[in-house]
Amino acid sequence: MTVPIVWYLILSAALFCIGVCAFLIKRNIITIFMSIELMLNGVNLAFVTFANHWHQVSGQIFVFFVMVVAAAEAAIGLAIIISLFRSRNTLNVDQIDLMKL
Amino acid sequence: MNVAVFIFFGLLCLGGALNLLLQRHPINSALSLIVVMSSLAVLYLLLGAEFLALAQIIVYSGAIMVLFVFVIMLLNAGEEDRTHGSRAAYFAGIPGVLALFTVLASTFFTLRISFGGTRLGSFLVTTSDLSRVLFRDLLLPFEVTSVLILVAILGAVVLARKEN
Repeated sequence: MTVPIVWYLILSAALFCIGVCAFLIKRNIITIFMSIELMLNGVNLAFVTFANHWHQVSGQIFVFFVMVVAAAEAAIGLAIIISLFRSRNTLNVDQIDLMKL
Repeated sequence: MNVAVFIFFGLLCLGGALNLLLQRHPINSALSLIVVMSSLAVLYLLLGAEFLALAQIIVYSGAIMVLFVFVIMLLNAGEEDRTHGSRAAYFAGIPGVLALFTVLASTFFTLRISFGGTRLGSFLVTTSDLSRVLFRDLLLPFEVTSVLILVAILGAVVLARKEN
């Protein structure tokens, strides 16, 4: 019994779209950041699925690099959020609309 | 059995993602994101990516999410305020996302015959296969990512430092 490849792709599209929705709806900057991670995960699933379908290792290499960049991005982003919270005392994005710290 | 595992963890994944969207407290969103990432690791195993499945658990649901939970607790983030948000997001963003999903899903659905199916063990990438490509063909990008990590560490230290 095999699982259709398309199911994986539709799941990854659904994860990506839920991530975009959460990005648009959420008002807490940490949750917005988490929805970016969700979008990255959705794309990663598509990469692994295509690697499986075409029997290529390079799809998985892409996922590896996405993971590395996501880890770097999380460290930087959370540091920015901490320094933003220190100067503004809020996490609501409606009140954080200036680039100036 | 493949299909049962896929359906169980796929539904867990979707449920976690929807829970992230619906919860108002950031710590609940973080925990449901951990559920999503762990069940994605099982799906990676099902697709024959053994190294990535373990890296997903260690890097994503381990390191990154612990960082998120730490920051949520450090900043003492409470429930989200209910505000209106941007009007553009509601009138253009959400329909746009729905349209995107419809286009993607219908495209994949029309291609379902040519894609065929997969099952556990039809294509297995061992860690040695992956590292052979990574350390032989793609050594330069790999080294560049180490520089990127170094810059990220320095940037995080500089940004989070308390200014006097």
